[in-house]
Amino acid sequence: MGRVRSRVVLAALGVTSVLLAAGCGGASGGGGGGEAETVKIVSDLPRQGANRAQTTTMVNAIELAIQQRDGKAGDIRIEYESLDDATAQAGAWDEAKCGENAQKAAQDEDIVGWIGPFNSGCAAVEIPILNRAGLGMISPANTYIGLTKPSPDPSEPDKYYPTGKRNYARVIVADDEQGQAGAILMEEEDIESVYILDDKQIYGKGLADEVQKSAEELGIEILGREGIDSKAANYRSLMNKIKETDPDAIYFGGIIEQNSAQLIKDKVGAGMNNEDVAFIGPDGIFVDELLSQAGDAAEGIYITFGGLPESELSAEGQEFVETYESRYDDDVQPYTAYAYEAANVMLDAIELASEEAGGEVPDREAVVEQIFATEDFEGVLGTWSFDEDGDTSLTELSVQRVKNGAFEYQRTIDADEM
Amino acid sequence: MSTQEVTKTRSRALIEGVRASSWQSRIAVALVVALLVILLEQAAKEPDQFVAQLIIGITNGAIIALIALGYTLVYGIIELINFAHGDNFMIGSFVGLTVLSGTFLGLEFFGAIGGEGGTFLNVLGVLLALVVAMVVCGLLNVGIERVAYKPLRNSPRLAVLITAIGMSFILQNLGLVWKGPAQVPFPELISDANILPGDSIVFRWKDLFIVGVTVPLLVGLSYFISNTKQGKAMRAVAQDKEAASMMGINVNRTISITFLLGGILAGASGVMYGLFNGITVFNVGFTQGLYAFTAAVLGGIGNLTGAVVGGFLIGIIGSMADQYIGVEWTAIVIFSVLILVLVFRPRGLLGDRSAVQGGGE
Repeated sequence: MGRVRSRVVLAALGVTSVLLAAGCGGASGGGGGGEAETVKIVSDLPRQGANRAQTTTMVNAIELAIQQRDGKAGDIRIEYESLDDATAQAGAWDEAKCGENAQKAAQDEDIVGWIGPFNSGCAAVEIPILNRAGLGMISPANTYIGLTKPSPDPSEPDKYYPTGKRNYARVIVADDEQGQAGAILMEEEDIESVYILDDKQIYGKGLADEVQKSAEELGIEILGREGIDSKAANYRSLMNKIKETDPDAIYFGGIIEQNSAQLIKDKVGAGMNNEDVAFIGPDGIFVDELLSQAGDAAEGIYITFGGLPESELSAEGQEFVETYESRYDDDVQPYTAYAYEAANVMLDAIELASEEAGGEVPDREAVVEQIFATEDFEGVLGTWSFDEDGDTSLTELSVQRVKNGAFEYQRTIDADEM
Repeated sequence: MSTQEVTKTRSRALIEGVRASSWQSRIAVALVVALLVILLEQAAKEPDQFVAQLIIGITNGAIIALIALGYTLVYGIIELINFAHGDNFMIGSFVGLTVLSGTFLGLEFFGAIGGEGGTFLNVLGVLLALVVAMVVCGLLNVGIERVAYKPLRNSPRLAVLITAIGMSFILQNLGLVWKGPAQVPFPELISDANILPGDSIVFRWKDLFIVGVTVPLLVGLSYFISNTKQGKAMRAVAQDKEAASMMGINVNRTISITFLLGGILAGASGVMYGLFNGITVFNVGFTQGLYAFTAAVLGGIGNLTGAVVGGFLIGIIGSMADQYIGVEWTAIVIFSVLILVLVFRPRGLLGDRSAVQGGGE
């Protein structure tokens, strides 16, 4: 990875020096011909904490997408920087860091595209800042519904877009559909009653709300609903109480950084094994790290994911996985392909915007327009389009189950069928 | 005096006491009684559930109590809130983990753990982890005192408080560098199986382990302070440093030993925490330390019995709140109890005159 990054940096340096030389030569306005102009894109992901392995593959995937185009979008050279929205202290994404990254990018006029963030709570901080700056954003991983669509909170999604013009899109299926998928999964597994927990964050709570709504529609009994304290030493009291209600399943809306492994351990430890009482979690805990943290207790849990695992991707997707794994030492993670897709959409948008500007450096507004104009995009996730909210037209979600210490793809659920 | 007369005088004294009390304390007593009645009613309705939660509360509380003792010991002797203590506890759990995962000096003692190693090896591993963590944390605590607190012993209180917070951050970041920012799993050396027959009440080997380590530690500490020469010296230094040194007591050494004891307890509780919960993380010391500090204040800071009572109370209140009120409310309930106790008894439940100084109020 180090080599790849240094190559990108070298390319960037080279370009800069060419530009400087042109400047010294006293060229008056872009008539130089041949040498390319440079724009910058950034990604913003939590590079520390339990998601580190996953976000490292995502940064690799973005670099790969840029390399495969020889570092260019059309005639424009692309410089890429990976920002980190996590702090070591928090071991997870950090609100203040998200805001800081967004502020910096808003002021750097070379930046025309933003890939990320990973966490919906982080997006809620960043979107308004970058909206004012008119910077186009494509998230590979945010699924919280209120970021783009009406949610139970009536001020959403408009409060994220102070200018009134959308600048944020996502390539992943949102949580209204993941919530439905969770409920459909329960119905298919003959689950009649469920106890719903969340981690009290914007993503986890929002998703748990959606699951609750969909489950009620399908006639599944909701035995209880609680938000856990992610700093608690253990959840034995809670699990003991849940056991008393005799549920068929426990649903947890949350991310791995919020002590999910402890929750699973204590669930099993309280005498509710994963065969008799199913544990269902979302994409937020779809991380290999969970399996090492929770150990045997994770065996048999279900995970819903607002997309497809690498084995179910299109032919392009398979090709990407092969290329990736031949170039990098680590394995593709659930969100790697989504980062790759987001990068390609962004690069296409920059290319088209610059073509419209006659080969010049495109402005941010033009890039945003091109992002939202994405239609019938043929990528690693299949053929899809963005709607006017910036949501993908894909509706397929997948269910995985932990078997022999690894996530195993089980089946695809189409949320449109509900 | 006949027994009848004794009862009479007693009841009269009680009535006198009620008359003399302020209306605030009457309300407080009424509140506590009402809460207890509600709890007991629940207990009568579903005794199994109540007992199960009580056991959970006691085991969680035992770990908090052990950490709280470290705060209270140090406070009793030099009136310093040792903020680094919670992080010392975290270091203890990391040391235990390192010993158990066999990455220690490249030794592979417990590499293939998971029950296959056999009971003997597991017990040996647990004991070794406990001892190593206790030694490391004890010495670490002594070192911290020497480096960060001793030179400031005659400076304003605020200066020592700041170095204590500084030490806390240093340890926390060392933990971060050592094991990374994500949660790390502990090997499952102690069985989750129920000891008691039937499954109405669950008392696991893990719970037995917590009780079985906590009780000897508490008894040992109490014996050390009340029955040994060094314990007597500690009590003397706590009462009056200058007078103690005039009597020929080595004050510096006595303070070092106090920190050593605190560190030993932190190390033990760190390993117990990891084995019990199965997961530890670099900032675990912050939250657990906060609860332990709360426990120490609740029981009366500087008072050893108070710290233990406070620890168990917080554990039990926590599990009862989880059961009967709701998880979202647990922290609110715990800290409301703290505020209420401090409003009515500013020196904590058992008074803040340290047990080191002679116990109780």
